[in-house]
This record gives sequence, C-alpha cells and structure tokens, in this order.
Amino acid sequence: MTGPYRRPVPSTWWLHNRAYFLFMLRELTSVFIAAYVILLLILLYRLNAGRDAYESYLRFLGAPGMVIFHVIALAAALFHTVTWFNLTPKVLVVRVGARRVPAPIIAGVNYAAWVVLSALVAWIVLRG
Amino acid sequence: MTDPTITLEIFRYHPEQDETPSFRRYEIPYREDWVVLDAINYIKDHIDGTLAYRWSCRMGVCGSCGMMINGTPRLSCAAFLREYYPNPVRVEPLANFPVERDLVIALDDFMHKLREVNPWLIRAQERPLSDGEYRQTPDEVAAYKQYSMCINCMLCYAACPVYALEPRFLGPAAIALAQRYNLDSRDQGRSQRQAVLSSEDGIWDCTLVGECTVACPEHVDPAGAIQRAKLASTINWYKRVLMPWGGR
Repeated sequence: MTGPYRRPVPSTWWLHNRAYFLFMLRELTSVFIAAYVILLLILLYRLNAGRDAYESYLRFLGAPGMVIFHVIALAAALFHTVTWFNLTPKVLVVRVGARRVPAPIIAGVNYAAWVVLSALVAWIVLRG
Repeated sequence: MTDPTITLEIFRYHPEQDETPSFRRYEIPYREDWVVLDAINYIKDHIDGTLAYRWSCRMGVCGSCGMMINGTPRLSCAAFLREYYPNPVRVEPLANFPVERDLVIALDDFMHKLREVNPWLIRAQERPLSDGEYRQTPDEVAAYKQYSMCINCMLCYAACPVYALEPRFLGPAAIALAQRYNLDSRDQGRSQRQAVLSSEDGIWDCTLVGECTVACPEHVDPAGAIQRAKLASTINWYKRVLMPWGGR
C-alpha cells in the first residue's frame, strides 16, 4: 500500500506547452530590462564624474557586443509591453451602464498613451 | 471492411500493488459521436472493469470528469474522439493533484481551499426575515454573474504552473469564488476574505500565466478575477495608508 501518488514536476515543464513557453519568455524579459537599467544608472554616474569618464563609457557602449545587447533589450521591452498591454482588459473592468467596455478599447487606450508618450520623448530628445 | 478503431492510452495506478503508475493501451471501436468519457465507459463495461474514474452528468454540468487529455486539462464529456482520430488519445488524471487510483485524484486540498475563502454571503447584521429578500438590479447581478458559473471541475488548477510548483497557492477557482462574493452587492464580508486572499499563498502568488482562463469550460475567467482582486487590494491599501479617513 503506497497511498496517493504525487507526480513530479519536471524542470522542463515550461517547454511542454506554447503558452507556458511564452509566459517564461515574458518573465525572462525582466532580466534584460534590469541589465539595461543598470547600464543607464552607470551612464548617469559617469556623466556626473566628468567629460572623460562619460566619453569613455560612451565608447564602451558603442562596442558591437553592447549594441547587440541593446537591440535584444529593446526587443524584450517591446515584447513585454505588448503582452502586458494585451492583458490590461483582464484587470480593468470598466462598465458603462450594464455594458462592459470591450477589451480592444481598454488595450487601445494603453497603446495610444504609449504612442503619445514615445512621440513626446522623441521630440524632447531630437529637437536639439 | 473492418470497423474503425481508436487507441486510448490510459494512466493506471493501483496503490495496493503499484509502486509507480504506468500506461495501458486499449483499442476500442471508434464512433464519431463519442466523447472520451464514452470511450472510457466502453473500456470499463467491456474490457477492464478495474479502471477507476469519476463522472456523473456527462453533459458539462457536474464538473466531475476532468482529465488530462493529450496533456490538456479538459472535461472528458466535452472532448470528442473525432478531435484526435486516427491518432491515439492519452488520458491522465488531472495534473498537479495527488492520484488516488487510476484517473481519480485527491480532492482534499481543493475542498479545503474553497472553504477558506468563506464563499457565502456575509452580512454585518442579518436582516430579520420579515424585511424580505435582499434585492438586486440586473446590473448588480451582472457584476459577479460570470464568476458564479464555476462548476468546481478543477481544470484551472491542473492548468496552473504556479499551483504545480507551489501547492500552497490558493489557486484560480477559490480566488474567483472569493471575488464572486466580494463583487456581490448583498455581501459585506470583503474584509473577512481579505486575510486569506492577500496572504502569502493568495493572489500575489499568481504570476498571470493565464492558462486557467483558457482551460475553464464555463468561461469564468479566473485569471481576470485574480488580477481584479490584486487591483482592488492595492487600491484598498493605498486608501488605508494615504487617507486618514479612508479605511474600508
């Protein structure tokens, strides 16, 4: 008599199903974003440390490996943003009278805010 | 011409004699209008009477016949053989639960969690019977109706990798049920449920994989219920901390 049997969870559980895999991919994006934030903080620190320190750091960031990292980090940030925006209708339930505001509108407002803010940042950065 | 057949590979485990589970293959007649539950009933009646499994209504109402069918949690009464034919169908007990015997899982953990969220109407002060019933407008019913459709089939727990890795997690159905009562205009028990909901094993364990909602045969959307509970819990917290008059 051995009693109820507990099936082990293999460490590869997230490879068994497309949805689990995409979920893990979304979680993994945080690693790239965290690494990017650290590089950004160092940039601010170097900027404060003086012109030479700042320029040598800029040269470091211009190295091919760093450029590749930034491209991957950008892709990770975009993937996270898009999957997250698509989930917002689950969290925000807005009712107008008896009717629930349709999901595409809730997600759409997020996308619209994203475009407006990105355009604003681009304008601030590029105008000078 | 021979009649068409289909193969079912069924998870077998008898604790009196088996150390570990194994799969047994059964070749049975293929009928286009059969669901997996019909096939399992055929096996039980004609081939192997020792096969153990749960079922009752065979029409998607009772929530007893949930199984892993080719790795996906489904009600076996709603999974047609024709979706898989001519390939074999692999049938396992619902994932993430201990197996009692063959396709029968242990329900104790789920039952305990359901009770933990106080899933009934709680009133600060009960009205006397003579005052009549608690009335609701259609809009007030619509606010929670979706979350009241749960049939306790546990497919959402079988779909949840958080529950697989962290069995203490309160889980999708129990949280959706708590949310069902929290959103009910007749209920005043939110604060009583909050201790369990916002505990270490409550809503904040959920990482929003979202597969509970995909698995749900009643379109309850437990993932949505959990995220809404997180939002409500956060707003409550800010109200309490930032506003002296805030509170509840």
